[in-house]
Amino acid sequence: MNDISTTLNEYIANEILKQPGRVINPDEPLISGGIIDSFHLVDLALFVEDTFGVHIDDSELNADTFDTLNQLVALIQARKP
Amino acid sequence: MTTFSHLLRRFYEETPDRVAVYLQHAGQEDLPVTYRDLLKGAAGYARTYARAGVQPGDVVLLILQHGIDLIYSYFGAVLHGAIPAIMPYLTEKLLPERYRSDLASLLGITRPAAIITYPDFEQEVRAALKEGDSVRAVIVSSEADQPADPDFESLPGMQRRAEDIVLLQHSSGTTGLQKGVALSHQAVINQLESYRLALHLTDEDVVVSWLPLYHDMGLIACYLLPILLGVPLVLLSPFDWVRAPYRLMQAVSRYGGTLSWLPNFAYNFCAQKVRDRDLDGIDLSSWRAISNCSEPMRWESHQAFYERFKDYGLRYEALTTCYAMAENVFAVTQGGIDAPVVVDEIDREGLQIERVARPGIPDRDVIKMLSAGRPISSVRVRVLNEKSQDVPDRVIGELALQSDCMLTGYYNRPDATKKAFLDGWYLTGDFGYMADGEVYVTGRKKDLIIVGGKNVYPQDIEQLAMDVPGIHPGRVVCFGVYNEAAGTEDVVVVGEVETRDLQERYKIADQVRQVVTRGSAIALRHVYLVDPPWLIKTSSGKTARLANRDKYLAEMKEQR
Repeated sequence: MNDISTTLNEYIANEILKQPGRVINPDEPLISGGIIDSFHLVDLALFVEDTFGVHIDDSELNADTFDTLNQLVALIQARKP
Repeated sequence: MTTFSHLLRRFYEETPDRVAVYLQHAGQEDLPVTYRDLLKGAAGYARTYARAGVQPGDVVLLILQHGIDLIYSYFGAVLHGAIPAIMPYLTEKLLPERYRSDLASLLGITRPAAIITYPDFEQEVRAALKEGDSVRAVIVSSEADQPADPDFESLPGMQRRAEDIVLLQHSSGTTGLQKGVALSHQAVINQLESYRLALHLTDEDVVVSWLPLYHDMGLIACYLLPILLGVPLVLLSPFDWVRAPYRLMQAVSRYGGTLSWLPNFAYNFCAQKVRDRDLDGIDLSSWRAISNCSEPMRWESHQAFYERFKDYGLRYEALTTCYAMAENVFAVTQGGIDAPVVVDEIDREGLQIERVARPGIPDRDVIKMLSAGRPISSVRVRVLNEKSQDVPDRVIGELALQSDCMLTGYYNRPDATKKAFLDGWYLTGDFGYMADGEVYVTGRKKDLIIVGGKNVYPQDIEQLAMDVPGIHPGRVVCFGVYNEAAGTEDVVVVGEVETRDLQERYKIADQVRQVVTRGSAIALRHVYLVDPPWLIKTSSGKTARLANRDKYLAEMKEQR
């Protein structure tokens, strides 16, 4: 687990799932698996922007852009300033 | 005598160049659809239905997403004299098998003659069909006839009678899809007429909406009302809005929007999730009525919305209220148009224990109730006690109503229709009270959770959760808990499990979440696994859910 992954895991566990301490499998489908519902996608995008300075456009908030924690980490690393 | 087709014909002949709908899609130019475009597109579909053997009076099921095909195929059905019903599209969360079984049960009851969908969804639809069912044609949108000039003399829709059923309206979920509210031309037109008066609708009005059309608030207030009354409609996709709520404000600002309808959660959602940079140059001063409707209305949500957007021209008086239901076509009451919404401060304990809405007393907990307003002109409201007797002002009872815009019945469900009425009064299943002619809604008799304006039947969720290995068969309960920050209810599942191993429990909880989400498209907020015996069992599902909910809340409080 790298820092980005840990930070995201904590945010999703605490703020979205309200299950502090919950470990998210990095290859678990978050969007298509129903862990993050559509109402929380915008929260996640705002969090990523505030924390990592990476903008995810609202048109990208779907399972095609990223679905798992690993995919989201890769996306952030690729776009990091 | 007037029907939908007559109203549409008038626009086509008198104001063909007027824009009926500005259709928005993220990342695309807005598409203005004039009445000429609308009627020509609809006429193409009417011809398609005729070709497919659909008869006037048949039901056609539309499985389409936000877009021009949905609009054309809907009004095409009307022009053909067929009865359109919209089924929500499959989302990525929902299991295809689950969707198929919901579709199959809808088909069994509603018995549509045709289904309209996209080419790449055709296989999915066909998979739900069975030998000997009612569906004679699956029509894909790409094969519909090109738009063509409507020939009103020959269109069967022009021959429909005012009392004929014009559309069906389903609620969501396995249970909701089995009860289609059937509405006549006359009922819808009566509703539009009295609602028009209540809203003081004028030529200056512009409706802006992101609501899905399979929901009554989206279909009636934000689709049929503007289109059939000649008010321009700016229609966003619900999918785009939930990812970028600022699009609603941008649309209002750009088109001078005056009217919108929102479920309560959307006030919180917009207030919390719109950034300043997306509001650059936004002017919301044209907005004159944003009606809170379809889930319990909260004073706090109005405040949050107002505080967030007042610097962008939002007026406090624009925050209005409405109480509505598909069985009455739409609005029962409307508040905030002629005078500001009344805020009734009542004693919390009085409401919860004695079931009366007593004005608040200093130093005691009060609840700020938002009035839903007064009944619109075609509707009469009564408040009844358990013996079906009228109760005085400020006493809580079940709301019952009578109007000239009631449903014809639940389609092919005479049993359910009969149960809904008492001596000609429709029993809403909602609890509330009246005070000075204003209606206040306090809760539900029906066992229903409303999440973000969407109806969730707890028994559907329990059924799904029960199938998860490790959960005691039959030892599951589902209920809603109000979430102050979100402005809507969270869905909670409590289940009894044998294992005490924490990792095992995490696994079971995950499984429950997944099974429920994929089986109902509802995301659970909390899966609470407990040692048996924990659940309180009673003879009625509803009292059991309430009792278990209280127990859950008490334990949560202790754990905090």
